[in-house]
Formats: sequence, C-alpha cells, structure tokens
Amino acid sequence: MRIFDPHIHMTSRTTDDYRAMYAAGVRALVEPSFWLGQPRTSPASFHDYFDALLGWEPFRAAQYGIAHHCTLALNPKEANDPRCVPVLDDLPRYLVKDSVVAVGEIGYDSMTPAEDHALAAQLQLAADHGLPALVHTPHRDKLAGLRRTIDVVRESALDPEHVLLDHLNETTVKEAAGSGGWLGFSIYPDTKMDEDRMVAVLKAHGTDKVLVNSAADWGRSDPLKTRKVGDAMLAAGFGEDDVDKVLWRNPVAFYGLSGRLQLDVPPPADLHEGNSILRGGE
Amino acid sequence: MTPAPDQPLPGLDPAARAWLDTALAEADRAAEAAEDTGTPGPAEAVGTAAPTGSGTASDNVAPAPWELRFAAAGRHAGRTHADAVRTLLLQRARAPLATLTRLYRHGTAAERRAVLLALPDRVAGPGALPLVEDALRTNDTSLVAAAVGPYAAAHLDPHAWRHAVLKCLFTGVPLDAVHDLERRAHKDTELARMLADFAAERTAAGRPVPADLTRALNLTGEES
Ligand SMILES: [Zn+2]
Repeated sequence: MRIFDPHIHMTSRTTDDYRAMYAAGVRALVEPSFWLGQPRTSPASFHDYFDALLGWEPFRAAQYGIAHHCTLALNPKEANDPRCVPVLDDLPRYLVKDSVVAVGEIGYDSMTPAEDHALAAQLQLAADHGLPALVHTPHRDKLAGLRRTIDVVRESALDPEHVLLDHLNETTVKEAAGSGGWLGFSIYPDTKMDEDRMVAVLKAHGTDKVLVNSAADWGRSDPLKTRKVGDAMLAAGFGEDDVDKVLWRNPVAFYGLSGRLQLDVPPPADLHEGNSILRGGE
Repeated sequence: MTPAPDQPLPGLDPAARAWLDTALAEADRAAEAAEDTGTPGPAEAVGTAAPTGSGTASDNVAPAPWELRFAAAGRHAGRTHADAVRTLLLQRARAPLATLTRLYRHGTAAERRAVLLALPDRVAGPGALPLVEDALRTNDTSLVAAAVGPYAAAHLDPHAWRHAVLKCLFTGVPLDAVHDLERRAHKDTELARMLADFAAERTAAGRPVPADLTRALNLTGEES
C-alpha cells in the first residue's frame, strides 16, 4: 500500500514516527504550516518556521525515504494577532520555492474580520502563484464556517477546483462537494473523525476527490491513521485500486496542480551508525 | 564531456533547456545592468548582512527575474541539475557578495547549497565566511558537504577548519568533500590530537573508528 499523507505536522513528530510511517507505506507527505501551540509574536518567528519546512524537515524526511513538501501561510488563529499579520507581506518570496505545493493552512478559526482579510488575501496569493490552497474548516461552528469559507472562495480569483477543504465530516461533506473543491478528512484518535466513519463516508459519497490525512501534530494524534483507513477500507470490501486512489492518486492529483511535486526520494540508506539523524556530536 | 560555452548542462531535456536559456539571458541582463549603473541589483542592500536575520522592508523589493529562476530551478531543471543550474545563474548574473548573502538568507536548503558551491568563484576575500559558518552549524549533510569546499579551504581559520573536519566525521559526510584536506591536515598536530581523542572515545564506547578518521590522522603525519 503506497500512502501520501496530505496533511501532517512532522515538525512536532519524532524520527520513530518517520520510521513507522515508512514501514506502514508512507512515501510522501505534505506538511502545512500552522499554529505551533505557543503563539508567535513576530514575522521573524514565521521565517524560521518556514525555513525549517524548506530545509531541515525535508532533510529529515528524506533520510527515512519520504518525500516532503509543504504549504505555507499565515494560519487563521494567528491572523488575529496584529504582531503576526505583516508576515503576509513576506509570503510571496516563500511561495516561489520548489517544494511549496499550496498556500495553507488558511481558513477560519473564530470567524473574525481579521480572518476574513487573511483568507481573502491568501486565496489571491495562491491564484497569483499558480498554487492550489489548503483551506481548513473550523472546529467550532463547522457548518457555518464551511459556508462562509465557500462564499469567500467563490468571490476569490482562485478556481474552486483548486481548493482542498479540510477537516470535513458527515455534516459538511455534501456542501463541500457541491462547491467543486477537493475533500479532506482528518482522522483522529478521538471522536472528531475515525476510520470506520471514514469508510462510511466513502461508501455514501464515493472516492472522487477525497483525501484522507492524519493531521498528526503536537496534540493527541496518530501518524499511522492513513494506513488504518486503508486497512479499514479493504476490510469493508473496497478494492486495492480504491485505496490507492484515496491514499495516493487523489493527493498526487491535488497537489500536482502546483506543478511542483517531486516524489522520487530514494529509499532510506540503512540507518547504520554515523548516518542517522546525528546531533553533531552524539 | 565538456559543455560548449553556449550549451551548458548537456543533460537537460528540451523544455528545461528552453527554460534555462531564458534564465541565463535574464542573468546576463542583470549583470550588464549592474555594470552600467555600478550597483549590484534592484533589491540590494549595501554591506554584508548576517547569514540569517529578521526581514526588513528591503527584503520584499520585487526580486530580479533571474532570482525567481534561481528559486524555481529544482522544478524546471530537475533536482539532479538544480545545483549546476543555480551556480551557473550566480556566475552569469555576476552576483556580488551582498546578493549571495541575501539569496542564502532567503533560500531553501537547496538554494543555500548552491550559494555555498558558488563562493570560490564569486568571492575573493573572507567576506562570505558567515555563510560557511552558518552552514557548518547545521546538521544537514548536504549543506555541511557544500560548506567544506575550496572557499573554506582558503579562508576558514585553523580552529573552525578542524571542527569542520570533525563535523564531517560525526555526521557521515565523506572526507572526500573536504577540499585541500591533504594540504591543510599536513603537520596539523592539533587536528591529530582531536582525531586521536575522537578515535579513543569511539574505541572506549565499543564502536568502530571510521575509516575516514584513520585516513585523516595519517594525513597529519602525526603518530596517534
Ligand atoms: Zn493541521
């Protein structure tokens, strides 16, 4: 089973996770920039984070045989902090980088005017740079948030078919599909969305334009949820081709809209002594 | 095969070739414009900046067209050609130290590597050492390997150079990457001591001594 996790925050994960993901079949992933748990206080803090997503993290991933791409943006939560908003002016010089395959995560958190502004500005940046957009739907007041998101996308210069609406569930999938966008589902170890409910959604909705991710980060999460969905699909009677479509071909098609996916990472060298992630003097 | 002067990088496919031709023309124009006006480029600040630092208003001046090509080389020329394409662009644009510093500071790991590879041909004095030192602080082996080329061999002071050699041994960068290793290691008793101590530490831990370590120790000409 080849797996592309289209949304996972590896900055918060360990090399054990990389190893386990490779063993489970993960060969590619996209790491969206997001909130780190601790609020940032300046654009410079974003610069270092973006640089890590364009440097150190792809290096780590490659050592475990996994192709690493990223999406960059000012996230919705920090779009509300005036100290962080000027990073919007710096995004153009980051969005031209080779491994940036979308603008994201953008969207709504608390549905404030500041979030309206950041979302509209960054949809425009995506259109300007020939990039698709990864748009997160809010955890609170999700259906209303989705509707407002779809309205803003319609008013933007970005083709709705170049938008991935993420963190969907049973109550939002239909309207999201009606927008013409791609459909992302984050599978968590708690009640937000689990693999069996995901299989039920796939049975009801079909596999077209559906992407499944672990959204694993610094919170309670599981970087192997993509594999568990694949196994649950097979157990429920889906074929291997269906699994490959959801876990590989659909994310490749969506992020491939950027023209920047490079998936040919060599398999990991035997992680012998002296060739693991060293600390410059272990 | 030696590429003809007007046909660099013979391995490129036709689309990448056309892209590169346009990029090189843009770089040539930037070099000529700088010559005419005596200024290094549209987005240039005077002087040498630290290798990393917070953004300023001048960071967001629209970049020269060839600089956008520099950023996009991986997806247009392919990863295997990206280093060669980027260093060629730096040459043809005749990028001065201030431009190299800015491109490094704003660059991905791949772009930073290209700047490091271009240093020996672009920078005469020690002014780019902050970039080399920045790269040697990372644990990205592709940056470490690019940092220990001819520029480092010419300009790194003995202490920093010895630590660079040790860093290569620690991170698994083959010592073949260290330019001029034979010359600089010769009769370097301090390097010999550091290598011997490192070998003793490995042996005490029951771990093998890397072959490259033994080789470097032999090059010092000192007995361990
Ligand atoms: Zn996320």
